[in-house]
Amino acid sequence: MKRYLPFIIVVVVALVTLTSGTILYRAKRPSVLTIPKSALAPGSGAAESMHIRGPASAPVTLEEFGDFQCPPCGKLSDPINQLEREYRPRLRVIFRHFPLPIHAHAREAALASEAAGLQGRFWEMHDLLYREQSVWSEAGDVGPLFNSYAGMLRLNVDRFKKDMESEQVEEHVASDQKRGAALGVGTTPTVFLNDRALAPTNLNPTGLRAAIDAAMKTPPHT
Amino acid sequence: MSGSRTRVIFYTVAAVISLAGLADATYLTVMYLTGETAVCGGSASCFQVLGSAYARIGEIPVAGLGALAYFGAFSLATFAAFGYARMRMFFALIVCAMFATTLWLLYVQAFVLHAFCRYCLFSAAVTFLLAGIAVAVPPSHQTPDS
Repeated sequence: MKRYLPFIIVVVVALVTLTSGTILYRAKRPSVLTIPKSALAPGSGAAESMHIRGPASAPVTLEEFGDFQCPPCGKLSDPINQLEREYRPRLRVIFRHFPLPIHAHAREAALASEAAGLQGRFWEMHDLLYREQSVWSEAGDVGPLFNSYAGMLRLNVDRFKKDMESEQVEEHVASDQKRGAALGVGTTPTVFLNDRALAPTNLNPTGLRAAIDAAMKTPPHT
Repeated sequence: MSGSRTRVIFYTVAAVISLAGLADATYLTVMYLTGETAVCGGSASCFQVLGSAYARIGEIPVAGLGALAYFGAFSLATFAAFGYARMRMFFALIVCAMFATTLWLLYVQAFVLHAFCRYCLFSAAVTFLLAGIAVAVPPSHQTPDS
């Protein structure tokens, strides 16, 4: 019996590893989030501030829930911009705020982008925040940095500072977060193509392009 | 204590330690397969390491290769503990390869990515322990009963 014992131990460990790995995989496999038909159209709440690139008639809408301090979101920002330019006018891109509590400055960054949005420069601030993410993410006090970004974008800095503390921008961010929570968003980036969330494994330039191409061929759900 | 008995203890400990590495590497492999490392829950250091190109070879996750290596180390240590003398050499060889890989991965984290993932550091600690055991285990020619 002792002769076979090491074989038995090794086989048992292999089986236990495979079984537990499978169970873990099933437990961790993300569920497919979908946007209900009633929530597909842009909301009309007073607090809502839609940030959209591309025409409303585009057959494919990419709706991203992002956090300016989240590195995967930063890495995805340029590819999404590039795809939007490439597929225009067949692709519409919507950005929604979903600042995660684990990121110390994510909320302030969201407010800064909204404050820039009130002066018509949301997307410019969006791109700048992602581009400079590694700089301001490490800063103790991001206020002076964000003010300097506002200056770089030729915003009225005094108004920008005031707007950052206004209820209006707070409400815009809260509205996006509320929508994300209602759709089951838990992490960032979460990207919906039309009514369906992309699997995290597709959140890369190749995966995004393939998903957009597939969505272009699929008639929209009505 | 006889050298033979000491070796049994060493290899048994090595097998148990390998199981810890196997669990860690299996978890990371599952994270890769579910796409969790593509988002890492927003964690910067996790994403920088596990979402980097260094975390995979083609489509194969490095963690998956690590799981295979830990399983190999576990199997060889188990056989060695049961007196299969030839397995000791293979155990030493696989641990040597794992040690070299761990040094490379630590270098990448420290000097290329400038970020550390705690699961990777745990795996490094496990490999260092295995390397310590592989070095410390008494050679068979020292004892007449082997």
